[in-house]
Amino acid sequence: MFWKSTYNEFIKIAAKPRSYIGIAAITLIVGIILFAMRLDGMMYISFITAPFEQSLSFEGNILNGNLMAFIILQMLIIHIPLLIAFVTGDLISGEGAMGTIRLLLTKPISRTSILLSKYLAGCAYTLVVLLWMGFMAIFIGKLLFGTGDLMVLKSDGLIILQESDISWRFLYGFVVAYLALVMIATLSLTLSCFSENSIGPIVSTMGIIILFTIIGTLDVPMFDHIRPYLFTTHMAAWRSFFEDPLPIEQITQSIVVLLVHIVSLLGIAIYKFNKKDILS
Amino acid sequence: MSSSEKIIEVKNLVKHYGKFHAVEDVSFDVYRGDVFGFLGPNGAGKSTTIRTMLSLISPTSGELKLFGRNLLTDRNYILSRIGCIVEKPDFYKYLSAQKNLEIFARLSGVTADKKKVLEILDFVGLKGREKDKVSGFSHGMKQRLGIAQTLIHDPELIILDEPTTGLDPQGIIDIRNLILQLKNERNKTVLLSSHILSEIELIANRMVIINKGKTIVQGSVSELLNGQELIVSFSVDNIEKAIQSLNQNNVTIDKDSIQGTNLLLHIAQENIPVINKLFCDNNVNVFSIETKRKLEDYFLKLINH
Repeated sequence: MFWKSTYNEFIKIAAKPRSYIGIAAITLIVGIILFAMRLDGMMYISFITAPFEQSLSFEGNILNGNLMAFIILQMLIIHIPLLIAFVTGDLISGEGAMGTIRLLLTKPISRTSILLSKYLAGCAYTLVVLLWMGFMAIFIGKLLFGTGDLMVLKSDGLIILQESDISWRFLYGFVVAYLALVMIATLSLTLSCFSENSIGPIVSTMGIIILFTIIGTLDVPMFDHIRPYLFTTHMAAWRSFFEDPLPIEQITQSIVVLLVHIVSLLGIAIYKFNKKDILS
Repeated sequence: MSSSEKIIEVKNLVKHYGKFHAVEDVSFDVYRGDVFGFLGPNGAGKSTTIRTMLSLISPTSGELKLFGRNLLTDRNYILSRIGCIVEKPDFYKYLSAQKNLEIFARLSGVTADKKKVLEILDFVGLKGREKDKVSGFSHGMKQRLGIAQTLIHDPELIILDEPTTGLDPQGIIDIRNLILQLKNERNKTVLLSSHILSEIELIANRMVIINKGKTIVQGSVSELLNGQELIVSFSVDNIEKAIQSLNQNNVTIDKDSIQGTNLLLHIAQENIPVINKLFCDNNVNVFSIETKRKLEDYFLKLINH
């Protein structure tokens, strides 16, 4: 019954117009970035390399598809949570707002199964969105700009990664980015269990992300103890795969924090959903 | 015909939301083959009771047995044998009627092939609309689709919560006929909630009336509505002469029985022509005779309060 319910959830997500807003937004934003870089990319490169030009000389195709993918990933990882929450925040509360939750929960399937099937479908949607972004960023980027070494600008310097050393970094980077986005999907689904309308969980998810990001970036000593445990601190952990040498301990810590958040929030969601009186 | 097998047993059901007592003490039994009327004014606790029976709401206390099993321990077994509409029949508006039915069939543990879906849509009068999105359906069409949804897994018990609310007169007649077809052609047991007594009277064989979360009365519709004293209103031209003629025949009248030129008498149906003849013999002209049943009068008072 669980798989039948999951199949239903896939059908619903595929049929909802809002599911395509994320895909369309990514296509549009990535398209604009690639178009702009095609026109003015060299000026952007000059701006980045200017501080190093006296000590280093840059040769080869610097403005390449790998750099495009890296830039796009950095920009969109901030916006994708909104696009994910837009769909996953609606999974439970949307049924409540539409009234279909009454029919759904009078069927011979446990509430936990319904919730988990929705969660699985939400995670699959998140994967599709991320894969689409990856396809647009890497393949279309390489198609338009060719390949080459990747130049990664850090606050304390510049890292040049050889072309042959990049693919696996993108692969692992995407896996950790996916984990971060699944965390967002879990948060919005959990909030969705507490709400009777679609907008509430989406706005709340973004509110929490913004609040935690502010706490994480404020240089206030009292937040020092909290910062390592905020999920927002670890959402950009995918970037660690573009460092040399790899900060394995830091990456592991980020993965553990994200997993603990996911499991805890999912537990809360299951508890709340099972206890919920359906009054809508 | 209803059998002696109890399909639903509700005993001393209570549901509180903090200080608000939605259901205080509701008890009733529904037998196999019944079209059971669940009657009460708005806010009486009908929907809360129905939601509790369908596990949408957890009860504060009380016992709920369906098909002889406890709802708390055998939820899935019980729900697999029930089809229901709770309040409005809401569907996924962005999906077609067929897709909606397929989704709910899958969750009910059956596969709804196209032939079955078309057969059920035909039964509820939605033939040819299977590909149409539900967003374009009228309220009446959604009600029909709601009934189709209740039938998709061929359940034994169908629970319909106020199925005629918001429908036009023709829609009400159509839904009423559909419910009767469910009983007569498909041998379903139907529990039907309503706040309209006449609606229940037309289709139900047994009923319960609840008010303020408590059971008031339950039993067979014919016994409750027909086997009792009536309140008969005689509109006459001379009220004093009418009272005098009644008093002469040992019929006592209290003050509450006189309403303008109308006399309200609590009498059995067979006594109506006797009283009418008495008035005629005493030269009292009778303009109209209206009858109300005690239960109907009581129920109307409940609704009007």
